[in-house]
Amino acid sequence: MRPIANTRSTSGMPTGLLAVWWVVGSEIVIFGGLLASYIMGRLTHDAWAIQSAHTNTWIGATNTLVLLTSSLTAVLAHQAAEAGDGKLAAKRLYMTVAGAMAFVVIKSLEWNMEISHGFTITASPFWSFYYTAAGIHALHVIGGAIIMIIVAHKAKQNLELHRVELIGIYWHFVDLVWIFLFPLLYIAK
Amino acid sequence: MSEDGHHTNYVKIWAILVGLLAISVIGPMAEIRWLTLVTAFGIACVKAYLVAVKFMHINEMPKFVTYIVTTTLVFMLLFFAAVAPDVMNDTGRNWEKPTWVAGTENDWVTSGMEHHDAAAGDHGEGHGDDHAAPHGGTH
Repeated sequence: MRPIANTRSTSGMPTGLLAVWWVVGSEIVIFGGLLASYIMGRLTHDAWAIQSAHTNTWIGATNTLVLLTSSLTAVLAHQAAEAGDGKLAAKRLYMTVAGAMAFVVIKSLEWNMEISHGFTITASPFWSFYYTAAGIHALHVIGGAIIMIIVAHKAKQNLELHRVELIGIYWHFVDLVWIFLFPLLYIAK
Repeated sequence: MSEDGHHTNYVKIWAILVGLLAISVIGPMAEIRWLTLVTAFGIACVKAYLVAVKFMHINEMPKFVTYIVTTTLVFMLLFFAAVAPDVMNDTGRNWEKPTWVAGTENDWVTSGMEHHDAAAGDHGEGHGDDHAAPHGGTH
């Protein structure tokens, strides 16, 4: 018989849910440390602000819109899974994956444009932070999309529907990180 | 997701988030420092709250989740408080911050010149502000 994930007695929540919140907690430390370091540099050196003026606010805003919309489809997938409709949940997860792909494509075009103008990761500390923070975030987007495809594949067969909520929580966190990256890298100039 | 969660109008929440995004983009265009801070970071906090509560349903999770998230946020703040006094200074006891950290060593980056222009400047009659025409900026 296959083992069934059950509720942890100490935390009073299902194992999978507890695990995904631990992931979110560790991600807060990773992104939090990175952004805190960036803020320290940014507040101390005026040149960083001048360099940040070369990021494109409209591209950043478009990507924010894409991620917010993908968060909507992720939570709607969760709603469908709660109602026991695996096929609808899978369909909405695939829509979320499409959002993830759109985000990565837009980011790639943006980076291509910036690099062609000489704003590379080694150009200055600001650009180092820019590419590191946005790059790590983009890796999370790609990773989340891959996991979402796997979850959607099972959900389509009405299997493991609880996983739709778990990947949704992760995805909303990826959205949350971008919500803070956007003003830090694109708006405050 | 609780019983309330089934009745949440997620599209409405999304529309509010998009509206806030629009304000955060338009607000800083006024180029008023306090307005930029409020519209950029204040609205980011509101958006984060909406996503955490309405999409992640963090308020419906067991207390243990609050403990995990609060602990990690406190660690982040501790990190900031511990290193900021040094990092945000240029000198300290027996150390001096390298000049490259300020990001002013590459004139073309600061002024927005294109890289190849800067390279040409190195071979020519100078570089930096002399070539600081704003044609090289990405946007």
